[in-house]
Amino acid sequence: MNRIEALLSQVFTDAGTYDSIKVTFQMAFFSTGISSFLGIFWGLLLERIRFPGKGIVIRINRTLMGVPPVVVGLVVYLLIMRRGPLGSLSLLYTIPGMVIAQTLIITPIICGMIYSYAVKAAPGVRVFAKMMGASKRQTDLLLLKEMKNEIYFAIITGFGRSISEVGAVMLVGGNIKGYTRTMTTTISLLKSQGIFQEGVVLGILLLLMAFVLQCLTDFFRKDDNVNENY
Amino acid sequence: MKKRIAMVLAAALCITLFAGCSSTGNKDSAKEPEEKVSDEKAEQEAVEKKGVLMMATTTSTADTGLLDYLAEIFLKETGWELQYTAVGTGEALEMGKNGDADIVLVHAKSSEEAFVEEGYGLERIPVMYNDFVVIGPEGAAEKGDDIKVLFTQILEEQLAFVSRGDDSGTDKKEKGIWTKLELNPEENPNYAESGQGMGATITMADEQQAFCLTDRGTWLKQKNDGDLKLELEIICEGDSSLLNQYGVIAVSPEMYPEVNNEGANAFIEWVCSDEVQELIGQFGVEEYGEPLFVPNAGADA
Repeated sequence: MNRIEALLSQVFTDAGTYDSIKVTFQMAFFSTGISSFLGIFWGLLLERIRFPGKGIVIRINRTLMGVPPVVVGLVVYLLIMRRGPLGSLSLLYTIPGMVIAQTLIITPIICGMIYSYAVKAAPGVRVFAKMMGASKRQTDLLLLKEMKNEIYFAIITGFGRSISEVGAVMLVGGNIKGYTRTMTTTISLLKSQGIFQEGVVLGILLLLMAFVLQCLTDFFRKDDNVNENY
Repeated sequence: MKKRIAMVLAAALCITLFAGCSSTGNKDSAKEPEEKVSDEKAEQEAVEKKGVLMMATTTSTADTGLLDYLAEIFLKETGWELQYTAVGTGEALEMGKNGDADIVLVHAKSSEEAFVEEGYGLERIPVMYNDFVVIGPEGAAEKGDDIKVLFTQILEEQLAFVSRGDDSGTDKKEKGIWTKLELNPEENPNYAESGQGMGATITMADEQQAFCLTDRGTWLKQKNDGDLKLELEIICEGDSSLLNQYGVIAVSPEMYPEVNNEGANAFIEWVCSDEVQELIGQFGVEEYGEPLFVPNAGADA
């Protein structure tokens, strides 16, 4: 580990690269955690209940799945700035502020993914559960278990989105060295300084992380479904 | 039959577009208002379009609108179309070193001199200067013209300060002042680096009610144009170490034969002429009540 550190410190100058990796993970951990909880809950709820205007809600959610992060960043910025409605909480230029913005970006993605999986899986599970005389609670648990792989996949997609996002994080976090500077905003800064080599290394690191994440997803999937063809 | 009509229509469209764009403009098919066509013609006749001059410059010259203002007149008078990309001084010089720009207009004298010494640029020519000011929340520190007093107070009282931290000309200037005063800003836990452009950094300082060193032009523009009224004020101005000299350098055609050296030389000659120097001195007076840049081509600065 020390050797790797020494190697990395040769490449990285003092743009706060180490801290930026730490900040990226702190932020991604919390924003993915919260978004997963909300997204899975709402996705399943959306599949289960019927109400007038449901089609519109689904369409809005799908639109939000592709919302430009910088727009979310701007909205959150306006909300939490000193003279904004939530200004007294002093969330601007902090990690919690970044987590709020990212949660708004990622929750619709996870919610939409979970909803479309649930629409396919739920009817079968319900029929089966009813046949076996399961309670409502047991049916829900069975559905969650049945959708385990899809849930992993949605969470990891959310995490990937979180670490790779730059627009909202730049606006809300402000790219403050050592506090809110993430890997992506570091790359953006390095580019503006004309330090390309370090930016590329950081970019490769990000790609590597994304790759490891994909491997993890596959690992979870295989672990559970050895016989499944996909 | 339908196909043929479509083809004729398409051809007609092409001709119209072509005529509309081309300077000679066939009046019959263009169907443009005659006045406009002749207007365009007159402009085209004044100077022949020569090509594109690519400039790498700093955010302050672009953010203040100076370059847009100059580029328009430059095109009219010389026929060169000035295109620019506004980045930090560090990246601007890097673009010059890579031959991605024909000319650089930046403000970091020592880096500029190194740029010329290394053979990437021909000659550094001073063009104009503007000055820096320190802005901050009113009442936190006494207003004055001595940067030493203010910076010492900021450090001692650990007042919030937002630095660019992006290796730009402004950032170098700020770091240079700290170094000259033999102070270490890192000792102040409330000293933050935004890593962003001047405008974003001013916004951040305003949000956090922090001090910040900015060029006067960006400050005036931001104060004038922003939707939210900035709650900061100029705390320190007029210190001799707050002057900011801009230099223009043509990228060496020996290093990169493909650069537009002819255009670069035309720009340098043009921007140093008395007439254009006067234009620079007047820029911003109408809008902000004071000039944003002070021309000083020919001076040893």
